[in-house]
Amino acid sequence: MVLDVDSGSVHVTDDPVYEIVRLYGDLPEEEILVRLAESFPEEEIREALEDVRELILSGLLFSKTDHQVRLQDAPVTAPVIKALCLNVAHTCNLNCCYCFAAQGTYKGDEALMPLETGKRAMDFLVEHSGSRRNLEVDFFGGEPLLNWQMVKDTVAYARSLEEKHNKHFRFTLTTNGLLIDDDVIEFTNREMDNVVLSLDGRPETHDRFRLTRGGRGCYDVVVPKFQELVRRRTRGTYYVRGTYTHENTDFLEDILHIADLGFDEISMEPVVCPPCEPYALTAEDMPIVQVQYEKLALEMLKRDKEGRGFRFYHFTMDLDHGPCIYKRIAGCGSGTEYLAVTPNGDLYPCHQFVENPDFLMGNLREGIVRTDLQETFGRCNVFARSGCQECWAKLYCSGGCAANAYHMSGSLLGIDEYGCELFKKRIECALMMKAAETMDDAG
Amino acid sequence: MKNKKRIMTLATRDYVKNIGQDGCGECQTSCQSACKTSCGVVNQPCEQDKR
Repeated sequence: MVLDVDSGSVHVTDDPVYEIVRLYGDLPEEEILVRLAESFPEEEIREALEDVRELILSGLLFSKTDHQVRLQDAPVTAPVIKALCLNVAHTCNLNCCYCFAAQGTYKGDEALMPLETGKRAMDFLVEHSGSRRNLEVDFFGGEPLLNWQMVKDTVAYARSLEEKHNKHFRFTLTTNGLLIDDDVIEFTNREMDNVVLSLDGRPETHDRFRLTRGGRGCYDVVVPKFQELVRRRTRGTYYVRGTYTHENTDFLEDILHIADLGFDEISMEPVVCPPCEPYALTAEDMPIVQVQYEKLALEMLKRDKEGRGFRFYHFTMDLDHGPCIYKRIAGCGSGTEYLAVTPNGDLYPCHQFVENPDFLMGNLREGIVRTDLQETFGRCNVFARSGCQECWAKLYCSGGCAANAYHMSGSLLGIDEYGCELFKKRIECALMMKAAETMDDAG
Repeated sequence: MKNKKRIMTLATRDYVKNIGQDGCGECQTSCQSACKTSCGVVNQPCEQDKR
């Protein structure tokens, strides 16, 4: 398989073409003929060379496009705020030691967001969203169901703003599931465009970290609730989202367990934590984890043919109708179009920077005070990061996660090398699956 | 472009075709979907194509 980075073209090739592409930039055609003469018949090499030439002429191979110039006039980078992560509860009814949010408190005090703060956040979003119509709000925590009535009232308030301001709110709820009941199921189905349900996989995996404050596992409690919520979901999307760690580098088994429970929208994320933690992924884990992704891709293709397929968030890719080039080069949007709001109304670039005083950007009353931070995050894109320029995956990740880059490299413009390796493996697998599906369709 | 004997080109979005029209900014912010701990721009659907 050959990827032309600048045009995004993906080519499935035979061996002669693949070898020619490897040599083409460095050697003249006659030299390539000599070099490959022992491996392939001359006629095949000449035929392959002709195909390669045609791709180059069509701008689909060795293309050189300066996408960076587009960044200057990209509408997507206009200074608007269109998405908020609303931390409605800085507290949690679970005590997961691997939680990047420090068991929901973000290393600060326990707190619930008052309704007035939630309403102000909705007004703030409308006021700062310019001409953008679609506004996104994620009810997050901690555990947002600990502040459920406030969530419902905030949604009702936001809906009351939509027609007057020509806005459309899209809500997401991220929950550990313990407090799901009929009311939560009915309301989320009606109002939440997306629901993210935290489940790490097999009972022993889930209950290793996801413990109640009393130290009991919660797999048996949350799985039936998740199944019921999904069974009754008639609109919007959902994801069952897990975290894998050093303790379950065989996480393929956890993903398949989740699929076998009847869930068909699945995400599984590598743990985010300091490398010194005992559950942190190690350098030795990397090849093991990469193989897990490869096996997952093959298993998904197999299950799809058997009529029991499922979607894996990180393999989801629409090559033909995916993001435009502006989206691909502008960065993730943290600190610019996307902010996190704490229970007392403080604003941070994203949920992963919450309660870090160096990244306190302002608050809902005064707005963005640290405009320097806003400008810094505005410059966090694929062209600004060291290490991204030569990366084949740069137009798939848009430069990656600013928080992970900061936490792993000490710089917002650095990169999280470990995360990058995992990301590239996932994209590689996703492209392989696309190629396999296309070849199947073509017979 | 027609597929060749030795190369099958997958249908992919032309990055430069709709310069000036693309970039409406209405699509989902990456972290609003399912990750929250990594950036996955490529799995966000294009809002213009959904219309």
